Amino acid sequence: MSWLLIALLGVPLAGAAALLALPGADVAARRRLLRVHGLVVSGLTFALSVLLAATFDYGNAARPQFVTDLAWIPGLDLRFHLGVDGISLPLVVLTTLLTFLCFVYLCRGSAEGPGQLLAPRPGGNRPRALVFTLLVLEVGMIGTFLALDLLLFFVFFEVVLIPMYFVIAVWGGRARRAAAIKFILYTLLGSVVLLLGLLLIWSQTGTLDMTALAQARGTGMSTSVQTLAFLAVGIGFAVKAPMWPLHTWLPDAHTEAPTVGSVLLAGVLLKMGTYGIARVAIPILPDGAVAVAPWLGAFAVVGIVYGSLACLAQRDLKRMIAYSSVGHMGFVLLGFATLTPAGVNGALFGNIAHGLITALLFFVAGAIKERYGTSDMPALGGGMMTRLPRLASLLTFACVASLGLPGLAGFWGEMLALLGAFEPAAGLSRPLYLVFMALGGLGTVLTAAYFLLMLSRVTHGRSTETVHVPVLAGVTTGGLPSTGPTGEETDHRENDREEGAPTPEADEKEGIPVATGGGGDASSPGAISAATSETVAGTVSETASAVTSGTTSTTRSRMPDVTGYELAAWVPLIALILLFGLWPKALLLLTDPVVRTLVGAP
Amino acid sequence: MIQSIDYYAVAPPLVLALTAGLVLLLDAFLPRRPYVRTALGAVTLAGVIGALAVVISQAVRAGDPLRTFCVPEGLLGSPQAAIGAIVPPVTEPTAPTAAVAPCSFVVDDFTLVFAGLALFAGIVVVLLSATELSSGDIPVGEWYFLLLCTLAGAVALPASRDLIMLVVALELVSLPVFALTALRRYDGRSSEAAVKLFLVSVVSTAVMLFGVSLLYGTTGTVYLDRIAHVLRQGVSAATGLGPGSGGAGTAYESSLRIGYDLPAVVTVAVVLVIAGFAFKIAAVPFHAWAGDVYQGAPIPVAALLSVVSKATGFAGLILVLVVALGGQGATWVPLIAILAALTMTVGNLLAMRQRHAVRLLAWSSVAQSGYILAPLGIRNDEAMNASVAYLVFYAAMNLGAFAVVTLVPRRSGGGELDDYRGLALQRPAAGLALAFFLICLAGLPPGLAGLFAKIVVFRELLGGGGGWLAVVMAVNTVVGLYYYVAWVVRIFTPVPVLTPVSVTGSAMTGGGATGSAVAGGTATGGVMTGSAVAGDVVVGGVRTDGRGAGWIPATAAIAVAAIVAIAFSVAPQLVLDLVPSGLIAVG
Repeated sequence: MSWLLIALLGVPLAGAAALLALPGADVAARRRLLRVHGLVVSGLTFALSVLLAATFDYGNAARPQFVTDLAWIPGLDLRFHLGVDGISLPLVVLTTLLTFLCFVYLCRGSAEGPGQLLAPRPGGNRPRALVFTLLVLEVGMIGTFLALDLLLFFVFFEVVLIPMYFVIAVWGGRARRAAAIKFILYTLLGSVVLLLGLLLIWSQTGTLDMTALAQARGTGMSTSVQTLAFLAVGIGFAVKAPMWPLHTWLPDAHTEAPTVGSVLLAGVLLKMGTYGIARVAIPILPDGAVAVAPWLGAFAVVGIVYGSLACLAQRDLKRMIAYSSVGHMGFVLLGFATLTPAGVNGALFGNIAHGLITALLFFVAGAIKERYGTSDMPALGGGMMTRLPRLASLLTFACVASLGLPGLAGFWGEMLALLGAFEPAAGLSRPLYLVFMALGGLGTVLTAAYFLLMLSRVTHGRSTETVHVPVLAGVTTGGLPSTGPTGEETDHRENDREEGAPTPEADEKEGIPVATGGGGDASSPGAISAATSETVAGTVSETASAVTSGTTSTTRSRMPDVTGYELAAWVPLIALILLFGLWPKALLLLTDPVVRTLVGAP
Repeated sequence: MIQSIDYYAVAPPLVLALTAGLVLLLDAFLPRRPYVRTALGAVTLAGVIGALAVVISQAVRAGDPLRTFCVPEGLLGSPQAAIGAIVPPVTEPTAPTAAVAPCSFVVDDFTLVFAGLALFAGIVVVLLSATELSSGDIPVGEWYFLLLCTLAGAVALPASRDLIMLVVALELVSLPVFALTALRRYDGRSSEAAVKLFLVSVVSTAVMLFGVSLLYGTTGTVYLDRIAHVLRQGVSAATGLGPGSGGAGTAYESSLRIGYDLPAVVTVAVVLVIAGFAFKIAAVPFHAWAGDVYQGAPIPVAALLSVVSKATGFAGLILVLVVALGGQGATWVPLIAILAALTMTVGNLLAMRQRHAVRLLAWSSVAQSGYILAPLGIRNDEAMNASVAYLVFYAAMNLGAFAVVTLVPRRSGGGELDDYRGLALQRPAAGLALAFFLICLAGLPPGLAGLFAKIVVFRELLGGGGGWLAVVMAVNTVVGLYYYVAWVVRIFTPVPVLTPVSVTGSAMTGGGATGSAVAGGTATGGVMTGSAVAGDVVVGGVRTDGRGAGWIPATAAIAVAAIVAIAFSVAPQLVLDLVPSGLIAVG
């Protein structure tokens, strides 16, 4: 019985519960209270996880520590069995860190700053509900990484679904409703299949204890049962990860989710799938793993190449990053598919690295979207380096880290995964894995290609002026509407249509400068924060901007570069990316002992 | 010879029946005053709680199951004396169970679980009734009388261990419900629902009676355990004694032949009995009545139908299938499996298309019937427990959902799903409660009760070799989630402040004047929203005027259901402990 793990789950849960009893004081005081509450609760959780990392016995990383094992539902053999070891510890810390940073991002800064979902806006943005949802989400994520009981793991795995659904569906972008439904249906289908797989394991072995099952290494289950169970469990995790043909929920969900939603989705939720493969599928079903691994590897490689190619074709920044996740998770899955210590270590390393880097990418992309009012790359124009030099530098840094530059965290995971594929575990066809390795290598080149292409389009080049149309009647300058939609504009609109924007929004685009209008679907936070910060409403070409140069000069200064609270949220990520890039051993020392027991290597 | 009656064993239905009579008398003799309505409700509630107290006291009592209405030794004839004797006489004396006097009324774990469930549901339904009756167009005394009769039947049925008692109890549950459905006078929809329910129920009773009479005809007994005994003997006799037993006469040989022919008739009987119960639990293909009846009936009656009526249907089905026809598993197991798969699939697909709240609940409860039925579709004696556990979870969740639906005003004769928009913002408690119950029904955290209920069933299916059924159920769970979550989202979606129409209008005039666009939007949209808000206020006003304090009992009902559902979520072991530990005690 360890109070630390209980507290890790209990603090956010109690924080969420306390919100239900929040007194209905006056609005301003309540909002202040909410900001402090979110920061304190998530900060406390983060502090607990740091304490956990500090008191963790690193000499004994393979063994679950801080074990708590209580009976919960004897009728189902379900025990409240928590523990932490070398592969779950980094993920727990990552989760609490990212949640804390999300709250820093949300809670600091002035109410008018970009991305302020907690700021007041017409129609109500329900800040209390947002804080509540994020805290419940945190409970589910931490619990998934701590659970050592198959059914308990599943319960926590499911806990995240509803909060994430609401984060997308309530605070998301324009097509949020459809994206949220797609997200929850896909992942639920995955988890139901996962549940069947877990129950199949249970019906064959009669226990739900993950550590006991991992030690048994599949005894008591025939190879065919193991293969079947691995397929079921694997499909469940592959949807979450996501693996190539099951990934289609991801781009929509990421694109529509608010910044904090995207960060947690990419940073932690995807890791739950890969963690499940490492924790449940491979150690408990070793024979099944050997049978299915070539297929897993093949799908992973297809995912790498497909993700990269899809990224090349994207015009929306957030969507591109979402597809890049498909590619990166492909590397992680390829690492698992090798079943070698090197590959699995690489996969786990890539997991953490992807969590840090993609979280940073989504933070920066969200910041860009909130400033420009769009994340469409052609609409962004170029020349961000000159207009928002710090933001552009951060974007460059995150992209370079993501494409796997040696010396940054993204490199080691891919390198080790490919290394693992060079010499896969016994029982796997080496020529096949060499092909996988070659294709994966091609994927790294393509990854570099699309990131550099994006950077050249967005950060470099000549800046197309973006005119900020004041959205409040008080600061209106006449004559502006007459500039109307120009060539660029039409372009933008077509693009939006390509993105599958629903028809009601067509109204809004008829005269782009409106951009607000509140109400219904139009009241997306993006549009509203754009409205409150009086930034972009539409882009016009340079010729048009000449006409309205007066407006431009006044509004130009209103697009703030990186603000303090943003920096506060991002600097820890940058530091960790550098740390793990330069000193990968910090993480590998932690995961390696566990991996050796998982794959049964000496 | 006089039968001794154990009044303690029959106390729960007796208390309910006496309360029913008392309510009718009070209604007739008390002066017509406003307080009478409340007083009758209180008496009814006291009766139900009293019965529940007896059930609880029976549950905590250790020892053998209580038996009463037993056939005294002297009167016990051998089954072979009946018409259509089929079993060779030589095997009769060796039967061990035949020596025990069969009893019609047995109180064991199984009985207590179902009785407790029915009475708990009864409390919620009585509380909901108080809200429904406060509108004043339903005769109060009759309502409570009929309700108590139904509950008496629901408590008596799981204790029945003979076919006649079973049928009588089932009819006692069904008949008052027709009247309850039609009690809201001058309402075409509810009359139509009542007629539909009546016709369906009568047909199903007829079908079931036919099956029951065939069973009686072939076995010569109405006691469930003796039926099982006779059927087992019939089979063993037919297989064990071949044509080689020379010394017997021709009569014996012909009876042997009949014994060998036994399964054909019994199969017909089994199918007919299952069909009869399938009507009661609204299983596909006998489900079509559910939508119209649930929608037309007053909501407390819909809750009654979906929980009490359904639970008794399942109790009867389990009793007949497991106790009487346990040996005929080869006949009914595949049949039930297919019925379960069809029921959950069709129910979910129909529910997906609904826009009316009660209809959605109706079809979703059809789908839930499928989940409850599923464990019976595998050949395993323990599987029945999974069904019972699911039923208990389901009762708490579904009652809660119906309770909130009662409370939400029906705007413009509707009760459409869209009327639930923004419920969580206008009435946070009701909105959160409904969302919780729906998520429970969908089987997702935080509705852990539903999740564990599904896990119990899945486990039983996978353990018992019903893999394909588990996969069908898995897919159905996802389908079910879709419509439950769509409803939950409506609860949390604010009613739009501005309409998009106004935005287009002002956007045409010029984007620079966005401020005026917003202002214009407020102006033009304000008319529509304003009227909507006004409508709300009017509806609210009518509700508070007309129903007075009617919301208090419904709120209490929601609270009761919510507490139970949360308790089940936190500690599902409560339910798993409730579930009968052993097999059903024979009569």
